[in-house]
Amino acid sequence: MRYAFIIFALLTAALLSYGLYQALVVAPTEQTMGDVQRIFYYHVPSAWAAFCLFFVNLVASIWYMVRRNPKADALALAAAEVGVVFCTIVLVTGPIWARPVWGIWWTWDLRLTLTLVLWLIYVAYLILRKFSTSGQTPVIAAVLAIFGALDVPLVYFSIWFFRTQHPQPVMGGGGSIDPRMLHAFFINLIAFSCFGALVCWSRYRFEIARREVEDRQALQGMMEAGASR
Amino acid sequence: MNYLFAAYAATWIIHIAYLGWLARRYARLRQEIEELKKK
Repeated sequence: MRYAFIIFALLTAALLSYGLYQALVVAPTEQTMGDVQRIFYYHVPSAWAAFCLFFVNLVASIWYMVRRNPKADALALAAAEVGVVFCTIVLVTGPIWARPVWGIWWTWDLRLTLTLVLWLIYVAYLILRKFSTSGQTPVIAAVLAIFGALDVPLVYFSIWFFRTQHPQPVMGGGGSIDPRMLHAFFINLIAFSCFGALVCWSRYRFEIARREVEDRQALQGMMEAGASR
Repeated sequence: MNYLFAAYAATWIIHIAYLGWLARRYARLRQEIEELKKK
């Protein structure tokens, strides 16, 4: 298992390096926006990785609600935390692109606002996990995650069903794209998906180990208390 | 070009900061495991 992890990590590092090379060197410069368009090669794959991780969080939360499996709860927490990291990148790189193209850092456009709401929902989820001491915390968090995940399709489809300032999708939206741009985009999409899976897996393993230590410490504390009586 | 650099740098700064934070927590956890083994 350890070797598989190392091989996957090396493969991901190679893919990320190749993706960076494709995005900065191989992909042609877009005629209207210029080099700033290259931000999309990181912005869109980060959004995709965040959506996938929030989906994992949703599935793990449902799994926990049905089976009460602590491993499902640990996976839900790991996916939400790493998803928030990727969503933060989306919210940072978006305004950096918008400033030279729109002339403003932020606008209360539907997609932007819904993405911010999505980020806030999962930050609230993590705060709940961190500070709630109730034994019911995993259940409450799972319910929040299930309802919070409803925002993901709203974010995704907002530009399809409503007129927004956010750029319309090029692929599947009737636009055309240079094959080199498409190649750079897909390489980064795969690279960021692998990176997200790798970090989520590491965070999950950490969470499992942390819970084991916590249980052992509690057991040891009880044994010490019993021995002192 | 500055905006492009800022976006790419921000992406990696956020990822490295998170991984660094995770690594620090992992190191602390390993220390706790060692202490548990000693007891």
